[in-house]
Amino acid sequence: MIETSVRRDIMERLTRAGEGGVLRFITCGSVDDGKSTLIGRLLYDSKLLLEDQIAILERDSRRHGTASDGIDFALLLDGLEAEREQGITIDVAYRFFNTEKRKFIVADTPGHEQYTRNMATGASTADLAIILVDVRKGVLTQTRRHTYIANMMGIRHAVLAVNKMDLASYSPAHFHRIVSDYLQIAEHLGFSTITPIPISAQFGDNIFQRSQAMSWYNGPTLMEHLENVDNSTEKKIAFAFRFPVQWVNRPNLDFRGFSGSIAAGSIARDDDIVVAHSGKSAKVKRIVTAEGDLEHASAGEAITLVLDREIDIARGDMLADPQSRPEVSDQFAAEILWMTEEEMLPSRSYLMKTGGQIVPVSVTSLKHKLNVNTFDKEPGTALKLNEIGVCTLSTARPIAFDVYDDQRETGSFILIDRFSNQTVGAGMIEFSLRRASNIHTHAMDMDKTQRAELKGQKPAVLWFTGLSGAGKSTVANLVERKLVEAGRHTYSLDGDNVRHGLNRDLGFTDADRVENIRRIGEVAKLMADAGLIVTCSFISPFRSERQMVRELMEEGEFIEVFVDTPLEVCIKRDPKGLYKKAHAGEIKNFTGFDSPYEAPEAPELHLHTGELSPENAAEQVIQKLIDRGLIG
Amino acid sequence: MPTPELTAIETYARRFKDRPAGASRARASHLKALEAEAIHIMREVAAEFERPVMLYSIGKDSTVMLHLAMKAFWPSKPPFPLLHIDSLWEFQAMGRFRDGLVETLSLDVIVWVNEEGRARKINPFTDGAALHTQVMRTDGLLQALNDGKYDAAFGGGRRDEEKSRAKERIFSFRNSAHAWDPRSQRPELWRTFNTRIRKGESIRVFPLSNWTEVDVWQYILEEQIPIVPLYLADERPVVKRDGVLIMVDDERMKLKPGEAIEMKKIRFRTLGCYPLTGAVESEAETLEDIVLEMLTVHTSERAGRLIDFDETGSMEKKKREGYF
Repeated sequence: MIETSVRRDIMERLTRAGEGGVLRFITCGSVDDGKSTLIGRLLYDSKLLLEDQIAILERDSRRHGTASDGIDFALLLDGLEAEREQGITIDVAYRFFNTEKRKFIVADTPGHEQYTRNMATGASTADLAIILVDVRKGVLTQTRRHTYIANMMGIRHAVLAVNKMDLASYSPAHFHRIVSDYLQIAEHLGFSTITPIPISAQFGDNIFQRSQAMSWYNGPTLMEHLENVDNSTEKKIAFAFRFPVQWVNRPNLDFRGFSGSIAAGSIARDDDIVVAHSGKSAKVKRIVTAEGDLEHASAGEAITLVLDREIDIARGDMLADPQSRPEVSDQFAAEILWMTEEEMLPSRSYLMKTGGQIVPVSVTSLKHKLNVNTFDKEPGTALKLNEIGVCTLSTARPIAFDVYDDQRETGSFILIDRFSNQTVGAGMIEFSLRRASNIHTHAMDMDKTQRAELKGQKPAVLWFTGLSGAGKSTVANLVERKLVEAGRHTYSLDGDNVRHGLNRDLGFTDADRVENIRRIGEVAKLMADAGLIVTCSFISPFRSERQMVRELMEEGEFIEVFVDTPLEVCIKRDPKGLYKKAHAGEIKNFTGFDSPYEAPEAPELHLHTGELSPENAAEQVIQKLIDRGLIG
Repeated sequence: MPTPELTAIETYARRFKDRPAGASRARASHLKALEAEAIHIMREVAAEFERPVMLYSIGKDSTVMLHLAMKAFWPSKPPFPLLHIDSLWEFQAMGRFRDGLVETLSLDVIVWVNEEGRARKINPFTDGAALHTQVMRTDGLLQALNDGKYDAAFGGGRRDEEKSRAKERIFSFRNSAHAWDPRSQRPELWRTFNTRIRKGESIRVFPLSNWTEVDVWQYILEEQIPIVPLYLADERPVVKRDGVLIMVDDERMKLKPGEAIEMKKIRFRTLGCYPLTGAVESEAETLEDIVLEMLTVHTSERAGRLIDFDETGSMEKKKREGYF
């Protein structure tokens, strides 16, 4: 049994433990800088390395270890079997330790070249970055890259940990040279503190214990610094009130509350708030939690707000300080980090998630790319995996946000691929391109319905997609002829009338194809707005672009017709001799040949032209228009 | 008959029924941060998924997770049912605790048994730990998830439990076969969770990802959350088998030659199937004792789970097959 005095002492310490809250940090360094060794050392020295973990560690050190003798601390950290065998970490791993002051969450992020996205992931929630440098190697390209990413992701405290001092005779000269090299690259960035510390992770110098061998060093040990540096909660609280509504809490007719986490600032009972989108305002009547109502709450707390009057609020809305409102806009500039193999193409449509808001978004332009090694701006037409670019974006609806430098949580977003649902990009908003709230759509005297009614029809966009030579134009022409014969008003768009004029500046790269379809979509939308039935015949090989055009139109207006002809048949027909040219290498990026065709998954109409005459195919299209009530 | 256990649960449940009085806000600030994070995660799931479910294993982490759910949606009830995968070999005290808790809190609970396993009389003594766990837990879980067509399932897993969990996402994507692929996990930035899935796919959500075992105990202590009494030391009948103390919980445990039942003061650091859960000798009779023991005795909790002993990569293998 534990003695009462010891017991009281421990319980008291425990109550005090965590007074300093949570500090999240990342460690970054190149493959051999001793990053994992450092974290292993932190866990070991914080006495939370449990006995049986140590036993397993000793066993594994014998099996995989690279340290010639003693414990290989790095083995504590690598989680997945395959990685362990390759000897490199390839993902973000989270580790935890507590001291009497604080709880620490460490993101162990890899130093390997192609894993920028993992480091950015770890950095996105971190308050501090430990940049490790091997004293024998000095500041490397990777050091610059890690510093750049840490800064870009909004980390405000950098620690330059000059490691392996034991291998440089604990020499102050080596240390000071590296510090001065490092300050040259990091000084002008946005860090509010840069703290250089000479350490030996393997032997524990200046980690928890002040190094005997480096008495010339007077600064803090790594732990002293980690325990005392501010964890950015204060900065959040000092900002204006921001409350993204997550969930409407409605247990019965008498209670209607808005649940969410305070992203920034603080709120008290009777404070005024405004709904960012609608501009409607109200007073806070209650701040509800399961432990009772609060008088006051601040950034980081998860609460439920009850307002003094009924106003329209849903998930995705942001409640804010009326004196200091967030931006509300549908156009803005942002830094985007691309996180997937498939390139980011300007004008392609993605989904954007920020707070509870999910909106379709397209990247309207890539202004320049950022070189993380040289910090230079470089021109570019697309973003590849792990590349960073400054882009302008346009959302389908205005969103409420702050600038990332002011407020990480309300200034950040992720981009999601509409088909794979993968997280493909991470964005940090730099500034708004306009205030959407100041722009009102010009209300026209005549509207679309009236224009269409004059013509005695409803507008529609018939989108024929399929391989070159599939028979898209043939069927579309027949459809148009039948419609005209029946007294309908139509227009037809195809490669011939678009490529020579509107889109003559575009080639056949993926990026140009995307832009080609975007422009055609916009033209088709105007035609539909004029009340016409528009037929469009384009290979349009990518699902995302067809989806983008679909979303431009009103519900039910867009009819995707998949002209499905086997490639062999198209090659045999080859009406324009294009397959022959592609085969001879005269044309590049030819769909079905050296560029993919993504078949529609759920087209409104699927025409198997192998079994169908063009006449019958056209009849089916007409029938579809009748079934949908678009023509009588 | 009101047992002390039930009385404790009733006292606990009253907190969520009456209009709560001004609470003590003296909680350690790191626990406040962890609590707020978990609540944020739960609300995100409730708002974005059509059919969420909370896996409830009756253990301390599950019970903490349930407590957080009670707080997250208050004054509403958690807008999802609980799901317990019953292996038919859990400690009897666990079933009593579950029934008492869900009834008193008026929650929906689905208790799922793999009927095929029951019919085949799968059991840990003759079929071994691995097969029993595969059939009654892993297969049972997959059946229940398919049956309920759940698109999100909360689990009480923590990153500090085991190495392969350190890299687990908070929102962990599973394909339509419920499999976990370490290479196709989505990067998680800020608190912006990608919740988009296709039909048939699902997400496992771990709101306690960033908690450690000490955090869980300290939170239980500060919040006065009721737990199964087996976590606290008491005199109980045990048999020493393969170096592990196994509690004789019912008549299905047959003694091997040379084995004898002894009364020992023991407790459990983790709860599951009684034949697969090792006890530790302990004097920790109160929550405070447990926290003290935690800080002074260093043996990680999974060491009590026989299933993890075979290989260090074993948890990762089980995860690929859909085990939590």
